[in-house]
Amino acid sequence: MRITPDFFVILSVILFTIGLIGVLIRRNLIIIFMFIELMLNAVNLSFIAYSYKLGQVDGQIYVFFVMVLAAVEVAVGLGLIMLIYRNKKTLDVDDINIMKN
Amino acid sequence: MKTLLIFIPILPLAGFLLNGIFGRSFPKKLVHRIAIGTTGISFLLVVITFFKFLSLHTESIVINYFTWIKAGDFVANFGFLLDPLSMVMLLVVSGVGFLIHIYSIGYMWNDIGYNRFFAYLNLFMFSMLVLVLANNYLLLFVGWEGVGLCSYLLIGFYFHKKSASDAGKKAFIVNRIGDFGFVVGLMLMFFTFRSLDFNTIFTSIVKKGYGVESGWGVLTVIAVLLFIGATGKSAQIPLYVWLPDAMEGPTPVSALIHAATMVTAGVYMITRSNAIYSRAPHALFIVGLIGSLTALYAATIGIFQRDIKRVLAYSTVSQLGYMFTALGVMAFSAGIFHLMTHAFFKALLFLGSGSVILALHHEQDMQNMGGLKKYLPITCLSMWAATLAISGIPIFAGFFSKDEILWRSKIDPVKGHMIFYILGTVAALITALYMFRLMFLTFHGKSRMSEEKLSHVHESPKSMTSVLIILAILSTIGGFVGMPGWTGFPNVFEKFLDPVFRFMPQKVVSHLHHVVESQPAGKELLVTLISIVVAGLGVLIAYIIYIKKEALPKDEEKLGFIYKLIYNKYYVDEIYNFFVIQPIKWFSTNVLWKIVDVAVIDGIVNGYAYLTEGLSTVVARIQNGFIRSYIGWIVLGGIGILYYIILNFIR
Repeated sequence: MRITPDFFVILSVILFTIGLIGVLIRRNLIIIFMFIELMLNAVNLSFIAYSYKLGQVDGQIYVFFVMVLAAVEVAVGLGLIMLIYRNKKTLDVDDINIMKN
Repeated sequence: MKTLLIFIPILPLAGFLLNGIFGRSFPKKLVHRIAIGTTGISFLLVVITFFKFLSLHTESIVINYFTWIKAGDFVANFGFLLDPLSMVMLLVVSGVGFLIHIYSIGYMWNDIGYNRFFAYLNLFMFSMLVLVLANNYLLLFVGWEGVGLCSYLLIGFYFHKKSASDAGKKAFIVNRIGDFGFVVGLMLMFFTFRSLDFNTIFTSIVKKGYGVESGWGVLTVIAVLLFIGATGKSAQIPLYVWLPDAMEGPTPVSALIHAATMVTAGVYMITRSNAIYSRAPHALFIVGLIGSLTALYAATIGIFQRDIKRVLAYSTVSQLGYMFTALGVMAFSAGIFHLMTHAFFKALLFLGSGSVILALHHEQDMQNMGGLKKYLPITCLSMWAATLAISGIPIFAGFFSKDEILWRSKIDPVKGHMIFYILGTVAALITALYMFRLMFLTFHGKSRMSEEKLSHVHESPKSMTSVLIILAILSTIGGFVGMPGWTGFPNVFEKFLDPVFRFMPQKVVSHLHHVVESQPAGKELLVTLISIVVAGLGVLIAYIIYIKKEALPKDEEKLGFIYKLIYNKYYVDEIYNFFVIQPIKWFSTNVLWKIVDVAVIDGIVNGYAYLTEGLSTVVARIQNGFIRSYIGWIVLGGIGILYYIILNFIR
């Protein structure tokens, strides 16, 4: 069995779905954050796969963008999580609901 | 000529701006020097224009300065029209206005609002001069509204007095009713002729061959609508009610605005529109009937009024009625002639009464006057000249003009019956009666003032008395420019005005000439004799009652019902209040306020507010603060978009 780019696409879909479900069902903010990273990387994988399949370099460029964005997001997101924890003494997202209505 | 004419109205405007903006910090002397200087030079320019106009021997001069409004095929120019009619009006307005400015120095000297008064007076001069100079109806309307505004401001000059500010509002609102008719008339005129320019309209009437309308044609409707405007401004039945109340203003204002100039704007406007009116006999009949009824009606109210200025106010209404009677029988030049002489003698009467009022420290009730002849000799003498003039005693100005009107209404070519003449003659009797009553009660008989008060009475300053003297001379000799035919002298005035009526239909002009010429020679003299006898009768009655019997205003109360009815002005104000004002109030409160405003307008606005609020409460539920639910919504949305894209992709 030859490994084709389609495998990577399927893998990326599986990873993305896991990430999405994880974001939806977990309550700890750091875990949610990690699942988001997983989703981003799943998307990266599919970009690479299609880039290879179509023989175009565009997808790889997008991946670099996403990586940079992810790094920035981690920096800001972790900072926010730190502040939330200091103020609320919890990271349960269901308890962080002061912005409702 | 172009630059000369524009300066005539611009100068008073400059005076208004100077005094209005900086007047507070000016010394009093500078204030009146500016005001009188500007109107004085303006009057001088009018005189120069007059002689230039005479030397030019033209029918009319039209000068357009710039296009004022342009919209589609509607064009209104800022332009002036100089013809004999506007020339006469210019002379009267600027001349009498100038004199009254001088008089005001003495009268208003101790008043707080000295600069305000002169600023308003100058603004009035500007508006009135624009009114008479305008070469189209729209610019005329600007002046028309401008003088209305000044009238309002000056009636309410003592605004801290409630009665004065009420009177100002009344004048403004009543005029608004008339103006409504006027504006509708203007619209109809533009709709018919596609223009509001005097010359364009009149020439197109002639060119398109509009004949004399037998029924209610478009010209008749326009004429009636314009006349509604005139009833407001010129205080005719049914809109005269504001004028007597306008006496709340300072006396020079009553003289200038509410007697000599502004109130005659309606007469001027109708004379200006003679091309329309001469083709609308129905409208003419209405004008004449309203005019002659007003002449008689207002005169009767004058008999029992106690306030010296109110007598003169009703007298003004009555005299304006005469002018409209003249217009109603197409004796346009006679109407303008009476306008001119009336400007002299009525301004004089008001200024004289102002002199009396000032001397008596603002006492206006004739019950408390009497025997003032000794103390105010110049005022008394000059007022006598005006009284003789208004009563139609021969030689004095009013005799010629009033007689001309009575004569022309006797031979009325429009309807051919005598109603205008009879009403006018009876009014002439009453005019003589109430004017002599006023004079007898004020200047003759025993003084009814306390010794202490009487010792303070003294003749007015020179600036005032000199104006009285000039006006007295004009009231005496002013009539000689329009001598009737039987005297053998030419009627200079009528001849001068003749070019103004060149747009009248030929048929009507020749008919008018025929009617006037075909009268038997002695008939006009007979009519004149009748009016002299009638005036004499009025004088006699007044003499018997107020000199021989020494009756006083309070003795008149014995007449009971009639006295009460007339003293209370036939309860017209009360009737208007009951039939017009109360229904409007009721309608405004119960319909416009409680239904239209509260229920409909507020309902719509509040309804939107409630709708928004209701929708937001529903939408706000989604924002529940659970991040995971937000993510869920995002996922749902993402799936939705994805579904849409895939669907399109498959297709």
